[in-house]
Amino acid sequence: MSREEKAPGAPTNFHRENLRRRARYTAVFAVLLGAFAVITVVNINSGNVAISMPDILRIIFLGDGPEMEYNIIWKIRLPRILMAAVLGGALSLSGFLLQTFFENPIAGPFVLGISSGAKMVVAIVMIYFLGNYSFVSSYTLIAAAFVGSLLSLIFILLLSRRIHHMATLLVGGIMIGYICSAVTDFLITFAEDSDIVNLRGWSLGSFSGMSWSNVQVAVLVVGITAVLTFLLSKPIGAFQLGEAYAQSMGVNIRVFRVAILLLSSILSATVTAFAGPISFVGIAVPFLVKQALNTARPLVVIPATFLGGGVFCMFCDLVARLAFAPTELNISTVTSIFGAPVVIFMMLRKKR
Amino acid sequence: MADTYFQMRDLAVGYNKKVLIHDICIDIKKGEIITLIGPNGSGKSTILKSITRQLKLIGGRVLLDRADMQALTYRELSTRMAVVLTERMKPELMTCHDIVATGRYPYTGKLGILTGEDEEKVEAALQAVHALELGHRDFNRISDGQRQRVLLARAICQEPEIIILDEPTSFLDIRHKLELLSILRNMAKQKGITVIMSLHEIDLAQKISDRIVCVKGETIYAYGAPEEIFKGELIRDLYEVDKGFFDPCFGSIELAKPEGEPQVFVMSSCGAGIPVYRKLQKENLPFAAGILYTNDVDYQVAKLLAAEVVTAEPFEEISRDSFERALQLLEKCERVLCPGVKIGNCNRRMEELIRAAEKMGKLKE
Repeated sequence: MSREEKAPGAPTNFHRENLRRRARYTAVFAVLLGAFAVITVVNINSGNVAISMPDILRIIFLGDGPEMEYNIIWKIRLPRILMAAVLGGALSLSGFLLQTFFENPIAGPFVLGISSGAKMVVAIVMIYFLGNYSFVSSYTLIAAAFVGSLLSLIFILLLSRRIHHMATLLVGGIMIGYICSAVTDFLITFAEDSDIVNLRGWSLGSFSGMSWSNVQVAVLVVGITAVLTFLLSKPIGAFQLGEAYAQSMGVNIRVFRVAILLLSSILSATVTAFAGPISFVGIAVPFLVKQALNTARPLVVIPATFLGGGVFCMFCDLVARLAFAPTELNISTVTSIFGAPVVIFMMLRKKR
Repeated sequence: MADTYFQMRDLAVGYNKKVLIHDICIDIKKGEIITLIGPNGSGKSTILKSITRQLKLIGGRVLLDRADMQALTYRELSTRMAVVLTERMKPELMTCHDIVATGRYPYTGKLGILTGEDEEKVEAALQAVHALELGHRDFNRISDGQRQRVLLARAICQEPEIIILDEPTSFLDIRHKLELLSILRNMAKQKGITVIMSLHEIDLAQKISDRIVCVKGETIYAYGAPEEIFKGELIRDLYEVDKGFFDPCFGSIELAKPEGEPQVFVMSSCGAGIPVYRKLQKENLPFAAGILYTNDVDYQVAKLLAAEVVTAEPFEEISRDSFERALQLLEKCERVLCPGVKIGNCNRRMEELIRAAEKMGKLKE
């Protein structure tokens, strides 16, 4: 008998281990849902115009109240809150997928230049449509953002064939991001349109000015994509062991790779189309969620990341609105302040 | 050939449509252990990657239980074949339990949720590789030997008919090497699981394998039972090494012998000479050994390490010629060592030889 084999109290039973984990997952989800509820309430309740709690409840649940307050709640605050939640979730999930794909925890739509690529194509399409038809639909913008995402992504994939060093690849992604941003700035500077102010705000990232039709489209697109992603939990889990092992477990790697890239592009494209590029959410949230759950298992990480991303973006949006009210900050300013330290922490920890 | 389980038919393998090795024809029976040996870069891994479908075949076919492997879906293949690869896996926040549980992948439902039965199979697989106590440990924080065992448990958990391992013993110390190989042998012989692997340790390959595939150049250099492979010059030619480095009899590996005129004469028998030979070899002193019966254990080592060996036929008296030759050598050498000789009825001439050495004043203890 070796020394390790005795000690009957040692936690060696897989079944018990799994039960304990389930308890932890439940706790994390409960905390996230709680935070979600609290932030939603605070978000509705705060702003440049103070509205009393009874009024808010009456407006939301009974649908009546003072006209101005009613409009502020229903036309401005609610869609904005929902949008922050849905797009934040989408962004985090997109980051999680890219991290899985590139087998690197610091990959994400923003650092790989995918958001900026989307931004560039959206700006071009927007300027063209607003100039010629003075109207552009949400779907057109999402499609444009999707095309832009894919362009950046294809470029990154071409780079990754030649560069096997991940850090160099990330630098490549950041460079792509700068180039696309430069092109976008150039276009915006010379665009002759009254919507230019709006365009400028959007190109820096913001959840303001969301309409219910925006919300509808975003919920539809993000909802379907997120569910599809969730259904891929099993092969994503296999892929976490590396391509060769995943294949030996029965995953068709070629199909799987394409699926992951398309899903992550749709998610980040939707975010960019509505709210512009938002930095660091895609890296920080999946990392924090995995640490909280103490697992990388996609089956739990995917929903938790989505929820966590929603909470994180709602919180950041709240800060963006309130910190220097009535002046609003760009959402990326706030997400960077909270997200970048997390990423630095991750890198330090990895070195150790 | 009803019990042929795995066949490679005129296989051509390589990267990017460039053929590295061609005309590979190997038939393997159920429960056999096949080992690929050969120099570094000879293409052992390429063959293994090709038969696990990580690389596309360039030509030929692989038959698994008479079904064309290319026609199987990845999913079908995964219930029959499991792999242990060389590439480092760096999973995030996974315990060894979790790693082993990934072997259940082909059997779990759409979302991959483990049942109680799966959990039991995970434990059983860990038990089979004597790693039950590792279960709850973080996979990234265990030793190489432990990791290799856990990966083998993972493969076992997949309940395959065939396991393919790429250099499973690299990075392992000798104890873990032996442990891993004996687990493989038990699996093959008790459960009838076919094992194909590559090994660097030819001595171990000789002892565990039912058949050996020597990979070198553009085709299979040799293929057969270990008795046929570990014979004569084959191994030496396979690895292109100089004389006397591998003893096919015991599978022992030796460094090259000291070259030149013998300076020391060693008289011994029954294994007494072996430590002396090794010592002289380390000092790089060429030496002669004798007079050794060719069935003496000293002879097996002496013939690899000594510059010259004077021999005698087993169970016969030492011949005049041998004795004369030994005397000549004694005269040439500066020193004579005698770590122990058993004198019996047949080898009385050894006594004479020892006396002669004493007379010359060369006999040192």
